[in-house]
Amino acid sequence: MARKILYQDAINEALDQEMARDDSIIVMGEDVVGGTGANGEMDAWGGVLGVTKGLYGKYGDRIMDSPISESALVGAAVGAAATGMRPVCELMFIDFMGVCFDQIYNQAAKFRYMFGGKAKTPVVIRTMYGAGFRAAAQHSQCLYNIFTHVPGLKVVMPSSPYDAKGLLIQAIRDDDPVIFCEHKALYATEGDVPEESYAIPFGEANIVREGDDVTIVALGRMVRFAAKAADTLAADGIDCEIIDPRTTSPLDEDTILESVENTGRLVVVDEANPRCSMATDIASLVAQKGFGYLQAPIEMVTAPHTPVPFSGALEDLYIPSPEKIESAVRKTADYGN
Amino acid sequence: MSNTTITAITMPKWGLSMVEGKVIEWLVEENADVAVGDEILDIETEKIANTFEALDGGVLRRKVAEADQTLPIGALLGVLAEPDTADADIDAFIEDFQASYVPPEIVEGEEAAISYEWADIDDYKIRYLRMGEGDRNIVLVHGFGGDLDRWLFTQGPLSASANVYALDLPGHGQSTKTVGDGSVAAMASIVTKFMDHIGVEHAHLIGHSLGGAVAIQTAIADPDKVDALSLIATAGIGTEINGTYINGFVEAESRREIKPLLQQLVGDPSLINRNLIDDILKYKRLDGVTEALRTIASEFLDGDRQTVDLRHHLASVSIPVRVIWGSADQIIPAGHADNLPDNVSVKVIEGFGHLVHVEAASEVNKLLQG
Amino acid sequence: MAASLSVEDLLDAYRTMKTIREFEERVHVEFAKGGIPGFVHLYAGEEASATGVCMNLTEDDYIASNHRGHGHCIAKGVEVSGMMAEIYGKGSGTCHGKGGSMHIADLDVGMMGANGIVGGGPPLVCGAALSAKLQGKGGVALAFFGDGASNQGTTFESMNLATVWKLPVVFIAENNGYAEATASSWSVSCKDISTRAEGFGMPGVTVDGHDFFAVHEATKTAVERARAGEGPSLIECKLDRFFGHFEGDNQKYRAPNEVKTIREEKDCIKRFSATITADTDITPDDLAVIDGEVQALIDSAVAKAVADTEPGPETLLTDVYIKY
Repeated sequence: MARKILYQDAINEALDQEMARDDSIIVMGEDVVGGTGANGEMDAWGGVLGVTKGLYGKYGDRIMDSPISESALVGAAVGAAATGMRPVCELMFIDFMGVCFDQIYNQAAKFRYMFGGKAKTPVVIRTMYGAGFRAAAQHSQCLYNIFTHVPGLKVVMPSSPYDAKGLLIQAIRDDDPVIFCEHKALYATEGDVPEESYAIPFGEANIVREGDDVTIVALGRMVRFAAKAADTLAADGIDCEIIDPRTTSPLDEDTILESVENTGRLVVVDEANPRCSMATDIASLVAQKGFGYLQAPIEMVTAPHTPVPFSGALEDLYIPSPEKIESAVRKTADYGN
Repeated sequence: MSNTTITAITMPKWGLSMVEGKVIEWLVEENADVAVGDEILDIETEKIANTFEALDGGVLRRKVAEADQTLPIGALLGVLAEPDTADADIDAFIEDFQASYVPPEIVEGEEAAISYEWADIDDYKIRYLRMGEGDRNIVLVHGFGGDLDRWLFTQGPLSASANVYALDLPGHGQSTKTVGDGSVAAMASIVTKFMDHIGVEHAHLIGHSLGGAVAIQTAIADPDKVDALSLIATAGIGTEINGTYINGFVEAESRREIKPLLQQLVGDPSLINRNLIDDILKYKRLDGVTEALRTIASEFLDGDRQTVDLRHHLASVSIPVRVIWGSADQIIPAGHADNLPDNVSVKVIEGFGHLVHVEAASEVNKLLQG
Repeated sequence: MAASLSVEDLLDAYRTMKTIREFEERVHVEFAKGGIPGFVHLYAGEEASATGVCMNLTEDDYIASNHRGHGHCIAKGVEVSGMMAEIYGKGSGTCHGKGGSMHIADLDVGMMGANGIVGGGPPLVCGAALSAKLQGKGGVALAFFGDGASNQGTTFESMNLATVWKLPVVFIAENNGYAEATASSWSVSCKDISTRAEGFGMPGVTVDGHDFFAVHEATKTAVERARAGEGPSLIECKLDRFFGHFEGDNQKYRAPNEVKTIREEKDCIKRFSATITADTDITPDDLAVIDGEVQALIDSAVAKAVADTEPGPETLLTDVYIKY
């Protein structure tokens, strides 16, 4: 039965329902419980933003705090996955990938291929990304594109509470390593979520809005910004089709190409830095496989090629906004006129 | 000149959750004669696109709403009047209408506020929706893979003069996703117990497709409970069935797989819009649904043949039986409506598909109320 | 020393060490002839370590290895002809020619993979040990790593985590004196790697890695501790490699005659043979029979590997994902 819950509660519910279903699912991370070994209460935090709160009370030792040792933590999750468990490991901020990346891209991602198809590594790495919290350059990045580059990894970016629950359940049931990217500014957003368990297959883009004039491909939080821009543009008679790929690996190329075939115009919105990004990846996809459909140059709305600034005045400029999306859409819509 | 002959065409409300609709296109030109029941424009709602049929007759003097415009229910779409009504009067009518029109308040989460109810029957939680008041009772039984929302265009109109109950069969909608042996008989027993649960001693059963077979089986098993049977594109009275559709529906995981299948359900494929597809995918993703549908399908299907044959029972029942079909049904052929016993009244509606009660709602509703 | 092991065990140990030695000596020759692609790191000289450690394990226990992994694989029970074919890059290899020397793995026998990343293995065994702990069947997980990896942060993190989570892990530091071309006496900040254990709250011991019995005994203690739920241990095996860091290494960083002396005076197999023929009823003839069998096994593995076909082009794209 559908009811409205928060994105972060959808994630918690997915973990809860899956842990209840399957004893081999364990949750591990820094302060995912909070309070281990201390004199006060256990489950003091339930994750730095409270996303895993309450699971300790239900599942005890199947949710465990880790020392701040991302390499050992992520490597242990990978090793446990290769030996029969289904760990959901929390890498608190995606920015911390730098201190554990080897265990992800050299180990987890490659086991199956290197070992001739004999390994199965069903690990989920949940990680929070994105700017907007005045958290500065080392706690605000959008590095999903780096994971997307690596064969063997699947990369998931839910943009709504419904998608967060269904994609996380799919991630947990999936037998391949999955990087599950949660935008920190989406945790408090609300949406319809069924109480029952459900899994959304990977590689199935969501057509968030139908329109015939301009295709907007947007990721994560940018889906909401694109929707806002599309509302404004609709009032001026420009109908945008918004496509949320949901997963960047696998990527639903067909849905993007079919949409551009219909609209002839493409705006890609990606909160990441612009070079070697999902924006360039999707632009190149359409340039290569949908060149004949295009009636205007592809527009990209991204962050600039800078680190994420701290000052609110600068950070607000840094993040792609509905206004920037609107202006990119107008530019492509007006092309040739 | 008097305004009495001027009539507003307004945005209809289809189903409880509809708050607004989008005009897709007008199907008639200005100054054309419009008779009651004529198709006048296509409207898309959150749930489905459909054709709006005129509720009044007259000359379409003015199209107020334009294609692509999204308007709340009750909003003015066009104006019908006599050919000799002055333009100035039409203008004044529109001005008055717009000045006094207040769009219904859109309550956040209104959909969730629909008062679905729940019945505990055996080990199942059965969702149902009750509408209307009256001496007569009607129970609506949806088909394979459907749910009570499939009666969107049926339940409201019928509830004007009856208590109308629509339920989700086990494995469907928001009811429990286990189905036991998944047989037609098992589902018929659920319908019987459902009627006991809601305190309905006897009712007119209206079933669509597999729900039709369930309705017939209910009448066989508990003849006293069934006042009349209305069977729309029903299963269970013939052999042929589109097994490719059924199995494809069960196994489809993506929009790309399911859209062409759903388009087979209707005469006009453009009725299958994004929201309908999303709703069906959301249902199909729920844990247990695929297994439930597989089990049910295996109970009434063997390749392209139905294995449940209740046709011979129709001659022996003493209650009114009505069979309605769309001539362009691609799932169960309309030919199954041929050569039925004399006690069965039959109507095949030209040009519509398996979801004839959705596509040709007002015509089907008239038959169901007749 | 040989008393705690049966004659059968000792003969098994001998066969394992001899198999590793012949395997590596033969790869050395075949590599020089140009038959083997890529690069390989040979384990010859260190056999007592892999063998002495792994004899304490069952198929349900896990090990993670490193770039010098052939010996660990053989000691853990990976099938030899599959390994040889893998080193040749053939379709019949353990990993169907997609892993090569540095990535031989067989999870069915508890071998989590050789590893091309120095320090890659210790975090992974923490995971395998966590699985064992949660599954409650008394399993253990061991990481083999070198003196080079003993300086990696991943190793330190893993030792800390293993203690904090009380995991059934044994860390086996194989200190062969060189991390590539740099001496461990210079690159490792302490005299014995095992003393680092204290900082992580676990027992640490240094043993003579040329001595099968010393390695076996130390591992037995550590594995028993792990199986009993008392947490991890660190064992440092000081030993020597007969070959360079990789095949083709000029080894100019080693003293003249260093390897010659090691082969003459510190050969773990010679030492083991002498002990068991002196202390038990095992005769040199018994060992000669095994030598012949091992020789035949390696000959056949090489012949088969050479004759095997390359992986088919269609396999380039397979096994990246289970489902994509």
